[in-house]
Amino acid sequence: MNATSMAMAEQRIEWDRPARGRVGMLALIAAEAAIFTIFVVAYLFYIGKSLAGPTPKGVLSVPISYTICLLSSSLTIHLAAKFLRLGSLLRFGILWFATIALGATFMYGTATEWYRLIYHENLTIGTNLFGTTYYSLVGLHGFHVVVGLVTLAIVMALTLLGNVRSEHAERIDVLSLYWHFVDAVWVVVFTVVYLIGR
Amino acid sequence: MSTDALALPGTEIASRPIVSRLHDWITTVDHKRLGILYIIYALVFLVIAGIEATIIRIQLIRPHNDFVSPQVFNRLFTMHGTTMIFFVVMPVLFGFANYLIPLMIGARDMAFPRLNAFSFWMTAFGGLLLYFSLVGANGLYGAGNAPDVGWFAYAPLTSRTFSVGHSTDFWTLALLVSGFGSIGTAINIVATILCMRCPGMTLAKMPLFAWLNLVMAGLVILAVSPLTAAQIMLLVDRYLGGHFFDTQAGGSAVIWMHFFWIFGHPEVYVLVLPAFAFVSEIIPVFSRKPIFGYSVMVGATVAIGFISMSVWAHHMFTVGMSANANTFFVLSTMAIAVPTGIKIFNWLATMWGGKIEFKTPMLFCIAFLFQFLAAGLTGVMLSVAPFNWHLGNSYFVVAHFHYVIVGGILFALFGAFYYWFPKMSGKMYSETLGKLHFWLFTIGFHLTFDFMHVPGLLGMPRRIYTYEPGRGWDTWNFIVTIGVFFQAAGILVFLGNLLWSYFRGKAAGSDPWDAWTLEWSTSSPPPAYNFASIPVVKSRRPLWDLKHPADPDWNYE
Amino acid sequence: MRSRGSSNLRVRVSQVIVCTCGTAAAGFAGTAPPLSPTNIFAPASTPAKSIFGLSLFVLAVTGVIFLAVFTLLLYSVVKYRKRKNDDGLEPPQVYGSNQVELAWTIIPILIVVALFMATARVIAVVQKTLPPNNAIAVTAIGHQFWWEYRYPELGVVTANELHLPVSNPVHPTPTFISLLSADTDHSFWVPRLAGKTDLIPNHPNTMWIDPQETGVFLGQCAQYCGTQHAKMLLRVYVQSKDEFDRWIQQQRQPAFVNDAVSQGQRIFETTACINCHTVSGTVANGRFGPDLTHLMSRDTIAAGAAPNTPENLRLWIRNPNTIKPGSLMPAMELDEQELDALTAYLETLR
Repeated sequence: MNATSMAMAEQRIEWDRPARGRVGMLALIAAEAAIFTIFVVAYLFYIGKSLAGPTPKGVLSVPISYTICLLSSSLTIHLAAKFLRLGSLLRFGILWFATIALGATFMYGTATEWYRLIYHENLTIGTNLFGTTYYSLVGLHGFHVVVGLVTLAIVMALTLLGNVRSEHAERIDVLSLYWHFVDAVWVVVFTVVYLIGR
Repeated sequence: MSTDALALPGTEIASRPIVSRLHDWITTVDHKRLGILYIIYALVFLVIAGIEATIIRIQLIRPHNDFVSPQVFNRLFTMHGTTMIFFVVMPVLFGFANYLIPLMIGARDMAFPRLNAFSFWMTAFGGLLLYFSLVGANGLYGAGNAPDVGWFAYAPLTSRTFSVGHSTDFWTLALLVSGFGSIGTAINIVATILCMRCPGMTLAKMPLFAWLNLVMAGLVILAVSPLTAAQIMLLVDRYLGGHFFDTQAGGSAVIWMHFFWIFGHPEVYVLVLPAFAFVSEIIPVFSRKPIFGYSVMVGATVAIGFISMSVWAHHMFTVGMSANANTFFVLSTMAIAVPTGIKIFNWLATMWGGKIEFKTPMLFCIAFLFQFLAAGLTGVMLSVAPFNWHLGNSYFVVAHFHYVIVGGILFALFGAFYYWFPKMSGKMYSETLGKLHFWLFTIGFHLTFDFMHVPGLLGMPRRIYTYEPGRGWDTWNFIVTIGVFFQAAGILVFLGNLLWSYFRGKAAGSDPWDAWTLEWSTSSPPPAYNFASIPVVKSRRPLWDLKHPADPDWNYE
Repeated sequence: MRSRGSSNLRVRVSQVIVCTCGTAAAGFAGTAPPLSPTNIFAPASTPAKSIFGLSLFVLAVTGVIFLAVFTLLLYSVVKYRKRKNDDGLEPPQVYGSNQVELAWTIIPILIVVALFMATARVIAVVQKTLPPNNAIAVTAIGHQFWWEYRYPELGVVTANELHLPVSNPVHPTPTFISLLSADTDHSFWVPRLAGKTDLIPNHPNTMWIDPQETGVFLGQCAQYCGTQHAKMLLRVYVQSKDEFDRWIQQQRQPAFVNDAVSQGQRIFETTACINCHTVSGTVANGRFGPDLTHLMSRDTIAAGAAPNTPENLRLWIRNPNTIKPGSLMPAMELDEQELDALTAYLETLR
């Protein structure tokens, strides 16, 4: 067609490149990890520096069960993806739903914790340095969980409509990378806020 | 866009209505069109920020001048810096990266074309948001109020107490929004380069342009994110009563500086690595030799990327860090000078033994080499912390970073404009006007930025709307301002050349420079699909191999 | 091969070069007619001198590097330009050279090591010096847009013009300044006396000056702090020990009382002035603005923005924005007669 484009001889060579969805998601995860790092650094830096108001030791209670929920959801999503690749759509659907349920439970736990802190312990984002850094860090993580839940719910809807098949396994893998990341961040946040900070 | 390639002989294609063509541009996901949109966007803001700089310099032409009030002056330097970095240099570099990377690696488009479009429009919206502050940020008497906190917006000046009204919020939101655009583009660049190279193009065989943009994208991902985090924290302070930077509540003003400069230093490498990319493509072609030391250039680039994440507090030598902290940052900053110097030597060695043609792109790249050398050395001076205790926050720093950004990056960018304009438009620019632009701008650049170092050495701090007579600064400031008018003239010649050549230039052909990378194998401008069939390459200079079948590169690499 | 004649020529040429550079440096250093009262190359205090020595070393090293690479670049651009009678063939295609790469990696590393070690030494000298027993202690508090100075051990509070005793190498009497801020970030920079150090709220810093000559040393705030950052000027008066002691004694006195200006004093005390300003020995006890007890002992007003004359003082009180637009002192809407009386009162605060 184009007179000046060069016609190069087709050669048979092995040519392996990584999948772009996966690389893109990993790059996004790197960016998000950098954002979270700054919030974690701020949290650590300000431990013990509040001039007044509630302290972590005084008001925080360790959310063990909700953490177990969230971390288990990593397992369920992993299994769901595996079953999708094998073509077992029913098991995929059930495990996918379980992932959403576990994630939603975690958010419910965060909501009740925050309710208690705000209305019973008088800790708000503006109370003191602890309040500011706590709500920002946990809130940023919660925001990422919610975004994840929304995308998982969209996939759930598409599954129920019968639009998700085993050839979409690669995309489901990419999405579950994001979900694993969210869980990994929670491990860090949990450690910093409920173990180190108290 | 070329429809010629699809025309059957003897037929005519009616021009589509303008609304329909505009709609195409606004909804495009084609990397070439998005690249051009980025570039035009940046040129518009270049003129605006240039006017801001001109007003600043007129105010400073003599002591106790009253061309503008202190309030207006403070807004001018804030807007000039913010605009130039986020809405001129970053967009234009993303524009060139978008346009050229797929062509150079033998791909049909970027990895995520829709993300590409989304990122462009986010960046564009961010710029409009920043300038909307002139109208929307309630100032006195209902007039608008641009931000006036400086481009690095130190706390607590940005708190509600000291920055009343919303001008600071426009600054914060504009950068937050365009930051998402930058991160999106960076993700796209990484995925494209890692996943879409044509067969045979291993990482060791891709053009240095691709390598440099890959490392740049990695830096954007790691460095713009901290700025995003800091902006969110500032918004929490200003709107939700937070105390991240509230010194009255025990918060730290210094931690804003750390977070900002963890972004701010890698950011300057984000700006300069693509400039290195341009120079690394142009100098070999106009010296008629391959780049000297390709692997070392790649290694130096990666080293610069890594080290740049560890030098940030050299912007904070006067803040009162401990002697040990200051000493560490001296070491890391000096260390980064080594790979950077290596690059200059490699460019020099590329020209050495070659046959240099002084076309406009090469003139700008040669000037880049001299000027970047000087800029790097003033950087080394600034890395010496005790010397920095004088030079920091003075006009010496302003001279240094303008030497890098204008004398280095902008010159390389002009070189890139002239080099790739024929490819993008299909027309040759006027070489006479190009050389006129070069000389006008170079004279102006040196008048302004060489002499700007002196007031710094004589004690003149930055960000002052006026200065006292009798401190020995007057004559130097005068000369600095005169240089601005030469630069402005050069820019006008440049823009005129681009416009005139686009409509009246001679046809350029696909390979006017007898170059060696894949973009020169397509027509000028390239068709929408870039390549009729995906190329297969065997060396770093696929077109050299085709033009010299008896002596291909792959025997020597 | 080099002959004796040519080596003499080399010596002559290098002598000329050194003389030229030396003259230029001397000009910069202020031994020639002073280029500037804020010239960083004219140090008059120990920390500034340490920095000066280091900076000469750094300039020499970077200067040599610049000349060398500049020359090579210029040479390559001239020698390897394409000639008019070019044969049209491509030049030899050279891809790289490991030895050359190694050489120009190792040499810069060595230069970096040398620079780093010199720098680390001066950092330690300046930052790790502890105050001797007879050091003068000053607390400097940065405000938008003026400087508050307190001498805690000497019982003095003043503003904008800092007085210090001169020191000498045999019996040093340096001054150690504690740097605080009442609002936003500032920076204390008097180039001939020391490098700058920032004043940051909730982040106390320390710096020291060891002035070796008497005189008035100028500087200004070097960290953008708001609208009038440009006119937050610094004046440091280095005096002999006797003069300094006399100044301290005078500053410790409460304000002069003079019945002739009682009307002005009444205006001062009943308008909002006392909310911001202190005049010791009277009811005026404000801390937001400068202490005015010995206002007339200063050469300038408004942190150096204007000379301290009755006209300027009156103009300032009537409307600070005429001298320093954006200053935080409001115009008090006084009429002409009140302004006269008030100025007359302030003029008695010696």
